[in-house]
Amino acid sequence: MSAHSITAATSRAKWVAGTLVILYAVITMIPLAWILMTGFKSPSDAISYPPKVVFEPTLEGYVNLFTTRTRQTEEFLAANPPENWADEIVRQYDMVIVGPSKFGERFLNSVIIGFGSTFLSIFLGTLAAYAFSRFRIPLADDLLFFILSTRMMPPIAVAIPIFLMYRELGLSDTHLGMILLYTAVNISLAVWLLKGFIDEIPREYEEAALIDGYTRFQAFYKVVLPQAATGIASTAIFCLIFAWNEYAFAVLLTSATAQTAPPFIPTIIGIGGLDWPAVAAGATIFLLPVMIFTILLRKHLLRGITFGAVRK
Amino acid sequence: MAQIVIRNLKKEFGDFTAVRESSFTIEDGEFFMLLGPSGCGKTTTLRMIAGLELPTSGEILLDGEEISQRPPSERDIAFVFQMFALYPHMNVRKNISYPLVSQGMPRAKVKEKVAEVARILGIEDMLDRPVGGLSGGDRQRVALGRAIVREPKAFMMDEPLGALDAEFREHMAEELRALHDRMGATTVYVTHDQLEAMQMGDKIVVMNNAVVEQFGTPQEIYDKPATMFVADFIGSPPMNFLPFHGAIHPGATEVEMHGGRFGVPAARGAFEGDMAFGVRPEHIRISDDGAFRAEVVAVEYLGTTQIVTLNTAGGEVKARIPAHQVARAGETVGLGFNASTITLFDRQSGRALKSELNEGVLHG
Repeated sequence: MSAHSITAATSRAKWVAGTLVILYAVITMIPLAWILMTGFKSPSDAISYPPKVVFEPTLEGYVNLFTTRTRQTEEFLAANPPENWADEIVRQYDMVIVGPSKFGERFLNSVIIGFGSTFLSIFLGTLAAYAFSRFRIPLADDLLFFILSTRMMPPIAVAIPIFLMYRELGLSDTHLGMILLYTAVNISLAVWLLKGFIDEIPREYEEAALIDGYTRFQAFYKVVLPQAATGIASTAIFCLIFAWNEYAFAVLLTSATAQTAPPFIPTIIGIGGLDWPAVAAGATIFLLPVMIFTILLRKHLLRGITFGAVRK
Repeated sequence: MAQIVIRNLKKEFGDFTAVRESSFTIEDGEFFMLLGPSGCGKTTTLRMIAGLELPTSGEILLDGEEISQRPPSERDIAFVFQMFALYPHMNVRKNISYPLVSQGMPRAKVKEKVAEVARILGIEDMLDRPVGGLSGGDRQRVALGRAIVREPKAFMMDEPLGALDAEFREHMAEELRALHDRMGATTVYVTHDQLEAMQMGDKIVVMNNAVVEQFGTPQEIYDKPATMFVADFIGSPPMNFLPFHGAIHPGATEVEMHGGRFGVPAARGAFEGDMAFGVRPEHIRISDDGAFRAEVVAVEYLGTTQIVTLNTAGGEVKARIPAHQVARAGETVGLGFNASTITLFDRQSGRALKSELNEGVLHG
């Protein structure tokens, strides 16, 4: 009706906002793009100055990331022709592939520990948050504050007691130990975030389910959980990001068996000179799971599923 | 279908008493109203009958069976929530069929039942729609559908019309009452709206401050209030109270008040002290020769009747008189009271004094 609405943005405002968002996105993406590109560069392109934006892509970095190689004599090389494309790449440096590197194993450790602790944090956090939200618990406020208080100092401040404790308990360098540790750090966040989400879900839904002949647990499982999906998804992303990226405890507590990718990736540098493309390749692969996880849960983050079902 | 007996029911939340020693009986097939201001304990009472709260003490008998400590799933009572509480992640059909699925009813039977309920409520065309997009009235119908589909022993309704627009409320109230008459199911209905209670209920319990003030048919509650609270809460405008100090003896048919003598229903007990003379607005006549003098303060014209506000020696009173009768602000007039309708109250306790009028109604 009218040309000026107080709620709809003008086309000029939209244009300005759009430009700013794009600009911000570009600035944020540059380091990521740089890592992605470096992964496909040759070692000399990776350190050339001025930096090369246009270059001939190679999978050298990825081959170096996943393999261990050794230098061989010319006679050996002549006698054994390259077996595959990866072999061919390493031959340029008079090397042969002798076996897989530890990266795959370390990456798998990250997946087990990251997703394991996320699952455990969400599982325990949801149950605790539901209890705090719905039942009359003696000293509930004190307990909630106590749970929150574990976040009041940087986790690394307790590194030494934890190190000693883990050594005594035999949890050092074990998957279980790391899962428990990251769960302990994440659980306070999970309980507090999820309690907020569950508080928002009207009790009437569960009461309706109870009346409809379901038990308390069925009501929780069939009615509350689907309503809390949005909260659970966003909390899970926060928990996973922490557990996935955690470096300090991983360096301190893991070595041969349960080492995760973050402490491993920097060690690639040391194998055969400054192998930046291999490090970049490792970082690229390391970024993927969190990205995929976030994209998968994106619709839960955006959808307000309780909208309109209850009139407030 | 069922009779529900409430006996000495009590609920405490810590130091707070929500319901205090309440007793009443809901007969089979009755449309029963729990009426009272907010915070009076009516919703808590309803939730105790349904099993959403467990009573601190007392009994709830459903068809003679004591159920007060059973979980809601073992009571066979349906509940309609004020905010509907439809499951937002399910469509209309799933919402209605949910109670049947929990009983493990075969799928074909569920489908048949849902179709039948949808036909009764006129919501057949929206069965596959999500509940989020429905209007308030349709959501209310779906909530009713979820309640009636399982054919429970009784229905509990917690201000089911409270969330609807005023215009639509009237319509839904009629629909609800018609549905009840058709099914004949025992229904307990919580409301704070006295008009709704009078309009729909077979019987009414009036609660205040965790206590049952009175329990009876709408006519009894209106004509023979047991307490000053009930007399004041029911009726618009409410009953007039003329305070006075006096005495009454058994059998007396008059009281002396503000220098005049006024007829009352024959008293059934003796009382002396601070009393209130309770008279409904429609039982006051305005005439020039009335003994009780009053000055007209204001006149509200309502079409068929008019409400006249008068200043008297006993305070302000409101009278409902025919629209054609002339009354002007500033005039001094005489008032007459319809003796057989008067209720006298003990102002200290707020309770009505027993008389010929109310002796069959008052308990205890």
